[in-house]
Amino acid sequence: MNTSERTPLRAIATSLGSPAGRALVALLLVLVLGGVVNAEGACFKLGPHRGMLRQAAVCGIRACGMTLVIITGGIDLAVGSVLALVAVSFSLMTIHWAWSAWLAAPLALAIGAACGGVSGTLAARLRLQPFIATLAMMVFARGMAKWVSGGQKISTAVQNADGTYRYVDVPGVFRAIDSRIFGDNLSVVTLIFLACAALTWIALARHRWGRELYAIGGNEEAARLSGVPVVWAKTLAYVVCGVLVAVAGICQAAQEQQGDPEAGMGYELTAIAIVVIGGTNLMGGRGGIGLTLIGTLTIGYLDKILSVNAVPEAGRLVLTGIIIVAAVLTQKRRRW
Amino acid sequence: MPPDKPLAAMAGIHKHFGGVEVLRDVRFEVFGGEVHVLAGENGAGKSTLIKILAGVYCDFQGTIEIDGRRVRPRSPIEARAMGVAVIHQELSLVPSMSVADNLFLGQPLTNRGLVRDGEHRRQARTLLGQLGIEPDVNRAVEDLPIGTRQLVEIAKALRHDARVIVMDEPTSALTAPEVERLFALIQCLKAQGRAIVYITHKMEEIERIADRITVLRDGLWVGTAPARELPTPKLIQWMIGREVESQFPRHQPRPGPVLLRVEDFSVFDGSRRGRPLVDRVSLSVRSGEILGIGGLQGSGASELLMGLFGGYGRLAQGRAWLDETPLAIRSPRHAIRRGIALLTNDRKATGLVLSMSIVANATMADLARLSPGGWRRPRGEWAAAARLGRALNLRAASLGMEAGELSGGNQQKVALAKWLQTDPRLLLLDEPTRGVDVGAKHEIYELMNQWTSRGIGIILITSEMPELLAMSDRIVVMHRGRVTSQLSREEATADRVLEAAMGKQMENLAT
Repeated sequence: MNTSERTPLRAIATSLGSPAGRALVALLLVLVLGGVVNAEGACFKLGPHRGMLRQAAVCGIRACGMTLVIITGGIDLAVGSVLALVAVSFSLMTIHWAWSAWLAAPLALAIGAACGGVSGTLAARLRLQPFIATLAMMVFARGMAKWVSGGQKISTAVQNADGTYRYVDVPGVFRAIDSRIFGDNLSVVTLIFLACAALTWIALARHRWGRELYAIGGNEEAARLSGVPVVWAKTLAYVVCGVLVAVAGICQAAQEQQGDPEAGMGYELTAIAIVVIGGTNLMGGRGGIGLTLIGTLTIGYLDKILSVNAVPEAGRLVLTGIIIVAAVLTQKRRRW
Repeated sequence: MPPDKPLAAMAGIHKHFGGVEVLRDVRFEVFGGEVHVLAGENGAGKSTLIKILAGVYCDFQGTIEIDGRRVRPRSPIEARAMGVAVIHQELSLVPSMSVADNLFLGQPLTNRGLVRDGEHRRQARTLLGQLGIEPDVNRAVEDLPIGTRQLVEIAKALRHDARVIVMDEPTSALTAPEVERLFALIQCLKAQGRAIVYITHKMEEIERIADRITVLRDGLWVGTAPARELPTPKLIQWMIGREVESQFPRHQPRPGPVLLRVEDFSVFDGSRRGRPLVDRVSLSVRSGEILGIGGLQGSGASELLMGLFGGYGRLAQGRAWLDETPLAIRSPRHAIRRGIALLTNDRKATGLVLSMSIVANATMADLARLSPGGWRRPRGEWAAAARLGRALNLRAASLGMEAGELSGGNQQKVALAKWLQTDPRLLLLDEPTRGVDVGAKHEIYELMNQWTSRGIGIILITSEMPELLAMSDRIVVMHRGRVTSQLSREEATADRVLEAAMGKQMENLAT
């Protein structure tokens, strides 16, 4: 029999061999796990799915930014602490100072962009290793978050000058972001996530800049010698990552109704895990937002399944670790 | 008179890389107390032969005898234990470690499992003292000048009591006094009865130190002779050998006005110390003309092209004019905008993004024009790539294939396609036919004819002498960063080019 013949079975096998196919297999396996260990049918009700989407959304936004950076062959470790800095600053502006969201939100995004700009400049122009550059930014932004907030959570309990507390209303923008629409079925955060994913997808797949990022990740020297503005394109990847992290920070502040300077510990690692489970190559040059979307769902469902089944945190962490390794092993590039 | 028994003898050596036979029935003998020069053009098989002797390649046919015993080294460590040491062009020292630590790397002197650092330092001093240098053995190797590093490397070989010491172009990075010191040391090693195998492209070095010479050509053994029986012209004839065939279809050129003029162009290395990689080169190219640049490894020709293309940024200095307007190129982006294209000599490392599709690679240098307002037009890109693919006779299952999946010749065509898409006025081709099969080679020559007939100027670097002679309308020869000769198509012969490439300055250069 001619092996090169295209039979339906072969077509399926080929598509399963592609990165997207393998990412979907990982997602399906997690879903099957959820269907089997379903804590009295939680898997077959709408609620848990809805909840998962809402919880995974903020992770997903960060992962979109991380995807851009990882495609260039870099990494951004500052994701968690920049998120905390933005959450704190945004809460401070809207709750304590009662600024309009129309002013506070752009400023918060600018803070994220500035942090990304510094990381990007260090990594691209001054050629520090991205790991080192963003490690420094991670520590720096955490310090800034604590400094700006005075080490306190910025919440609706505002301290007066005499040391007493007064309570202010939760700002409208927090309620708006944390609300749900379509008969409580879709949270606004999920919509924001989808919008971020769509924008980054368009940038990566349809804009020149996206193509340049892949080229840089695939072979930076060849890209430079082909006239790709390497420094600029790379820096911009970190800036956009910073902006997306700022969006995630605003959403998180809204969900928690406070800005916590300790927030986002270890978020960079979740974001990397999502990107890698999706199948984007940590060495750069391969991957995409579609894959990160699948990765977000995989991690989100995994989390949800473990919490619905009341697995204690210790077990949850152990299992998550094992499942990440299993998922990434199925992603290993094979030569057919 | 050398002793009658060779220290090392290789006979009937055959070696394949894939389907290509790179060594065919090669023999090589070296006696104690002699300097044996291994000569040949680039790609003649010298390095391969040495790597077989040094245990780097062990899948070969033939026999090796050391001290009359049949051996078959399976790794560099085994070869070293048998008394063979190779001083590589890129030294095999750990730059961040101290001199003493480097000398004893791998086989430290120990006392109940603990490393005896003091003893290391003492022995290191003794060893280096024998070579006539007294560096601080605690200093990191990277802090030493390159010449001293080389001596440390030789000291390492002596520590293992190497009887056969192979030096692969040892002087390429040395200053003149360092070369003198090395030559004195070689005489000393010779007097100790060791055998030196010396590989070099420099004629004057062969004349100075060779006792005997073995010449390889295209993987074949041409001959071995005492140095005094092999004067330079005869040696060059041995190295080139064949007649230049007419497998190169260069059409009658119709050169137009001067396209590129370069004056006093230099490229400095990153540290800005030492010899510039390209040293005050002046040349010009007409439109519709192919200017060939000849030279051996380290001639600076590739660096010249990369410098003209802006790849070195501010490390390149000099004046240049394109179409009589001054050219100030600081980055490849500027160069591309001015209509210059550079096909680099290593398509995998610097030419293509192997993980991306043919379309993505072919359109990469022209993405700005193909994406109005920054938004890509996949259909337009696909059409452009398809058009180029047809023009270059690219053979691929689909344009969506990753470039890394293509054969060498087709990869080269994708790299060429990328530059044709930018509509260049001046094409800089660095080894355009390297690693390309015969059929594709011929196609590339035909393409070069087409381009020049459209008025494109080409600068061609090639290490294949017949290709250089046949395809170039004019030839400039470089040696250690300088132009040593300029030859018209009629004047150019293989031995003239090779002589100039080995550093013989031409009298007619003043004209």
